[in-house]
Amino acid sequence: MYAVEMRGITKRFPGMIANDQIEFLVEKGEIHSLLGENGAGKTTLMKILFGLYQPDGGSIKINGNEIKHQTAVKAFEMGLGMVHQHFMLIDNMTVWENIVLGSEPGNFMIDRKKGKEIVKHLSEKYHFDLDVDAKISEISVGMKQRVEILKTLYRGAEIIILDEPTAVLTPLEVEQLLQILLEMKKEGKTIIFITHKLKETMAVSDHVTILRSGKSVEFLKTTETTEKELAALMVGYEIDMTLERKKVEKGETILSLQNVRLLPQAEKTVDLEIRAGEILGIAGVEGNGQQQLEEMIMGLEKVKCGKIFFKQEEITGMSVKERCKRGIGYIPSDRYKRAILPGFSLKDNYLLGNQYKDSYARKGMLNQEYIEKKTKELMEKFDVRAVNGDQLIGALSGGNQQKLVLSREVDKDPDLILACQPVRGLDIGAIKFIHNVLLELRNQGKAVLLISAELSDLFQLSDRIGVLYKGEMMSLQETEKYTTESISLLMAGKKGV
Amino acid sequence: MDSILSMEMLLSTLRMAIPLVLASVGGTLCERSGIINLGIEGMMLSGAFGAVYGTYISGNPWIGVLFAILVGGLFGILHAVLCIRFKTNQSVSGIGINVFVSGLTIVLTRAVWKSDGMSGQVEKLPAVSIPGLKELPVIGTLFTEQSPYLFITAGIVLGAWFFMYRTKAGLRLRAIGDHPQAAQTVGINVSLYRYVAVTFCGMLCGLAGGYLSIVQSNLFVKEMVAGRGFMALAAMILGGWNPLGALCASLVFAFAQALRISLKVEIPNQLMLMLPYFITLFVLLFFGRKVKGPQAAGNIEE
Repeated sequence: MYAVEMRGITKRFPGMIANDQIEFLVEKGEIHSLLGENGAGKTTLMKILFGLYQPDGGSIKINGNEIKHQTAVKAFEMGLGMVHQHFMLIDNMTVWENIVLGSEPGNFMIDRKKGKEIVKHLSEKYHFDLDVDAKISEISVGMKQRVEILKTLYRGAEIIILDEPTAVLTPLEVEQLLQILLEMKKEGKTIIFITHKLKETMAVSDHVTILRSGKSVEFLKTTETTEKELAALMVGYEIDMTLERKKVEKGETILSLQNVRLLPQAEKTVDLEIRAGEILGIAGVEGNGQQQLEEMIMGLEKVKCGKIFFKQEEITGMSVKERCKRGIGYIPSDRYKRAILPGFSLKDNYLLGNQYKDSYARKGMLNQEYIEKKTKELMEKFDVRAVNGDQLIGALSGGNQQKLVLSREVDKDPDLILACQPVRGLDIGAIKFIHNVLLELRNQGKAVLLISAELSDLFQLSDRIGVLYKGEMMSLQETEKYTTESISLLMAGKKGV
Repeated sequence: MDSILSMEMLLSTLRMAIPLVLASVGGTLCERSGIINLGIEGMMLSGAFGAVYGTYISGNPWIGVLFAILVGGLFGILHAVLCIRFKTNQSVSGIGINVFVSGLTIVLTRAVWKSDGMSGQVEKLPAVSIPGLKELPVIGTLFTEQSPYLFITAGIVLGAWFFMYRTKAGLRLRAIGDHPQAAQTVGINVSLYRYVAVTFCGMLCGLAGGYLSIVQSNLFVKEMVAGRGFMALAAMILGGWNPLGALCASLVFAFAQALRISLKVEIPNQLMLMLPYFITLFVLLFFGRKVKGPQAAGNIEE
């Protein structure tokens, strides 16, 4: 008997089939990875299991009991618990309040003492090390995730689904999470682990189900497979993620920061220098000054202390437009907020940042013909897959959106590309494409500042890597001098290990 | 100027504060459920009319109070249905209610009393004294010949605070205002809480309006709420969406109103009339941005 048995699950959305005859079988007491790229249908499948979507076809059994009409409330009662990718936590409330919410102890009033006690006890049992009275807004992302896991345990969940749980964690936190999962398995819990990361799949899971474009393509025992095989199954073809790096002669200094204070509480200021023909990677856990670095270089945030130079010219007080004109291309970390307008067409999105140029607009009138031609040319060159330039960009996949952003910025022929989290949330094919473009820019003698949370990107692309922690540069040296372990420790603020 | 800190001034402030407190506590509960209510002004006005009408047909001001609550609640339900069921823009719905009630009360006043913008006079809600407490030294005055509204309001503030911070339903309500999806995923009926909260807010606003027409006055006059609904909104924000905070903020605004009446300084009357509004604006400008409200107010998902 399976803990979860989903057969022939089909779910259609207007214009697409998200799940097509999916088979998904999970044994009791195992860790089961549901592997697939973004958009493969993993989340849809789990939402069906959880009763948040109703399937158009197929059957679901939980612990052998056929389920006709699943609802979230029923799912709880059957012992299902879900840890969402985007945390479902209330920032202004304490840890214990978040955990008991919806099933609080007490009759009309909340039994606060009892609530705290139960939560404390659970936290100790699984070695979660949580401060139950802390507000959610005060605790780290890793801790928030533990709160989410405890929420399911508090409700007596036996089958726990984790949706991309490692996406937001630091390498150390990932390690701890995997330990927690093994601990829970020991207690007899069944764990479904949704991910697109191969290493973690190999490290903890007993079985793997692979989804690809809405279909379940393979079911494997983890011990009988390899990372390489999983990657090929996930993407549908053999993919080689290794990049060829040419040796490039470094040129003049393009960008330099002198004594810049990234965070008000940082004791030390940051100095850095990027030269033509190199990629400088910036590593660090999110919230350690990367965003400030990004915004200060672009002029979106005021530099209160220190100076920024671009090709020997001080740009500290310049406007964003002035900076762009001087040759900075910008791939923002928040694509939806800063890089594109989802409700605008591809053509209009190409216009962003070009609107003042004579070739795009003359005397305030847009040159439609030129924009049309340019859009077509860039879409082809950068493999942006869309019907035509009039399609709304919001309808494209993240990978295609990002390719458009990249092509727009590269087309401005900048001397510096500021690439912030350029491959976040993209599928492997798009990641490879963007990696190649960035490397090509470097080979052409451009300078690239790459801010990324993904260590694998940084190691593959960067000539040098700087590690940020609490707004200070922990270390800045050649990529070869780091190991994954040493960089993880630096990211956690541990120096000299 | 010596009258500023007198007992008289305190009582006058309390009296001015009552409608603001009731409405701002109502607004607090409503916005904690994630629904913005800009219709407080209109709901109060409907209550003011309802109170006079109820008293007029029954001869009993307590029936008037009941009418005020019912009419306010009705507009609360209207706002709730528009915002929750039909996902109307919440600001538009609220402003719509204000405009609608403003016109409706004028028409109804004319229909009932055949006069323009003013109703006939009705009996006022009688004042009460609390036996025992009124003999106390100094504070005894607070319990002597006061409007029953004073005690009802005090009870509502304490009750609302207790509800929000000590009961299960209160925790859930606060959760809904901050993160409705999170509440939904733990099995809370988000819409039900919203309907109840918005309706209850309407009832409190109606109650507040009744105070204006059958306690502070004895008739209905068109537009008699005169911006107090928006002042209550300001008190709600300034009070940090907490009933006790709303009480304190209302007291500040009411003090400004009381000051206007008791200050016998030679300042043009028009300027003095502006005082409470000006203080409201001033306080909001300097302290308003520091307070954080329900994170998801105004957004209905899907």
